[in-house]
Amino acid sequence: MTTLLLADGETTAHALTAALKLGGEVHMLRLADCPPLAEPLADLIVALAPAYDAIVAPATSTAKNVLPRVAALLDVMQVSEVIEVVSPDIFRRPTYAGNAIETVQSGDGRKVITVRASAFAATQLDGIAVIAPPPSADPGLSRFVSEAAEKSDRPELGSAKIVVSGGRAFGSKEQFDALLVPLAAKLNAAIGASRAAVDAGYAANDLQVGQTGKIVAPDLYIAVGISGAIQHLAGMKESKVIVAINSDPSAPIFGVADFGLVGDLFTIVPELTEKL
Amino acid sequence: MKILVAVKRVVDANFRVRVKSDGSGVELDNVKMSMNPFDEIAVEEAVRLKEKGIATEIVAVSIGPAKAEDTLRQALAMGADRAILVVHDGRAEPLGIAKTLAAIARAEAPDLLLLGKQAIDDDSNQTGQMLAALLGRGQATFASKIEIANGNATVAREVDGGQQTLELTLPAVVTVDLRLNTPRFASLPNIIKARAKPLTKTTPAEFGVDLAPRLTVLKVEEPPVRQAGVIVGSVTELVDKLRNQARVLP
Ligand SMILES: Cc1cc2nc3c(=O)[nH]c(=O)nc-3n(C[C@H](O)[C@H](O)[C@H](O)COP(=O)(O)OP(=O)(O)OC[C@H]3O[C@@H](n4cnc5c(N)ncnc54)[C@H](O)[C@@H]3O)c2cc1C
Repeated sequence: MTTLLLADGETTAHALTAALKLGGEVHMLRLADCPPLAEPLADLIVALAPAYDAIVAPATSTAKNVLPRVAALLDVMQVSEVIEVVSPDIFRRPTYAGNAIETVQSGDGRKVITVRASAFAATQLDGIAVIAPPPSADPGLSRFVSEAAEKSDRPELGSAKIVVSGGRAFGSKEQFDALLVPLAAKLNAAIGASRAAVDAGYAANDLQVGQTGKIVAPDLYIAVGISGAIQHLAGMKESKVIVAINSDPSAPIFGVADFGLVGDLFTIVPELTEKL
Repeated sequence: MKILVAVKRVVDANFRVRVKSDGSGVELDNVKMSMNPFDEIAVEEAVRLKEKGIATEIVAVSIGPAKAEDTLRQALAMGADRAILVVHDGRAEPLGIAKTLAAIARAEAPDLLLLGKQAIDDDSNQTGQMLAALLGRGQATFASKIEIANGNATVAREVDGGQQTLELTLPAVVTVDLRLNTPRFASLPNIIKARAKPLTKTTPAEFGVDLAPRLTVLKVEEPPVRQAGVIVGSVTELVDKLRNQARVLP
């Protein structure tokens, strides 16, 4: 058994834990060393595939983009967002926004897997053999136009120990920033947001937590002015400790919160920031 | 320009599914079914491209049970011109669906293939990428903006760390994200008109596609339930609990 691990950012260390559970050797290909476009990148990974029994990657946006393309070229059904490796061919994965956990057995000879990083502890990458990407030709089907990086001095959402998330209740980007940034700074926390807050432009799109955004499981998750829709809960309900601040005592978020505080966020958040 | 848009019939996003007591799957009897929300966004985008005079024909395709005709009728009511239903009962996986869509695409020769980025039932996020691979075409996933000009699609994508813009040579596959648009509600006259729009029924066998799943579902379980905790009375109490009980703050 030899596994190819696609290294892509901080969550690679968590995906390594899953890759090691498959048994056997793990080699690492750094996506940073490879062409970024999906078409040449998939061709490059497919060229490496014959030497491997499994291809594993953390479920980052780059891996989610390229790995199904690789799987189809290899005629393999990918197993997405694995939360447990039961055996080298049996995996557990969430479906229906995490409301039904499937245990699946893959009948494909070669396994193609993305890993939900929040479900695995991190393993040191030291000592893992890094392989050089083979030369690849760009089929010229797509071209890079621009990249608008969201600059933030906050810790990365996917790996932060503490996350403070804001919802629609903030009412404006100005209030979102004025209240949440000082709280996050005090806690050295990453900032997250509900879909409603992102849609309204209070926060950048890559800060959306939920079924169709980022999946996080920090030690402490503070949800402020977020109702707790199933799609939001899907992205944060594995957090160790959850705090909810909401003016509506019947908000569903209180159903998963370890500590709830009912009240107006516009008075609670500044007071909390001050008392920390 | 011709657009092919793929739609899936799924459990409604507002419905919380229950796992069957025998662990064989989720309860689907008497459950509200709808078009996958991401696919609605894909249909809406296709219709807007037609309204702008860029697209000339929109073909909606679904692979699923006979009831998926409802989903296709909704796409027709939103503005698709005709529909193809590939009748298939039982579980199907992204790889098999992508193979079926690829066979239809070879016959229909669309310039743009629009899909939702993921289905909210199996949450796989694979079909569009697989379809692009099988057709040997370019792909742009997680689209928040699409512009068509001079035989190219310029697509803004939502990625980790911000936004990325790609230019694709058409034909190409684009999977859409939540912020691309807000889908319209079909008007009553359009719902009535949709009943008369052409809908062809076919089977996977007609395309020689094997939809047999590669993954065997051994069991389906409810996730562990999280117990609701306590409501605290003040910020001071909250800080105290976080420090001294939960020990998550210094
Ligand atoms: C296909 C699909 C995918 C989705 N994916 C996601 C996803 O990935 N992530 C996600 O988050 N959502 C997702 N959603 C959206 C989700 O269903 C909810 O609409 C969204 O999470 C609601 O955001 P919210 O809690 O900020 O807003 P609301 O539901 O409007 O809640 C606002 C909350 O703020 C409280 N409030 C108001 N004023 C105050 C105040 N002054 N002080 C304190 N509290 C106050 C209210 O009581 C309320 O509970 C998805 C939906 C669909 C259909």
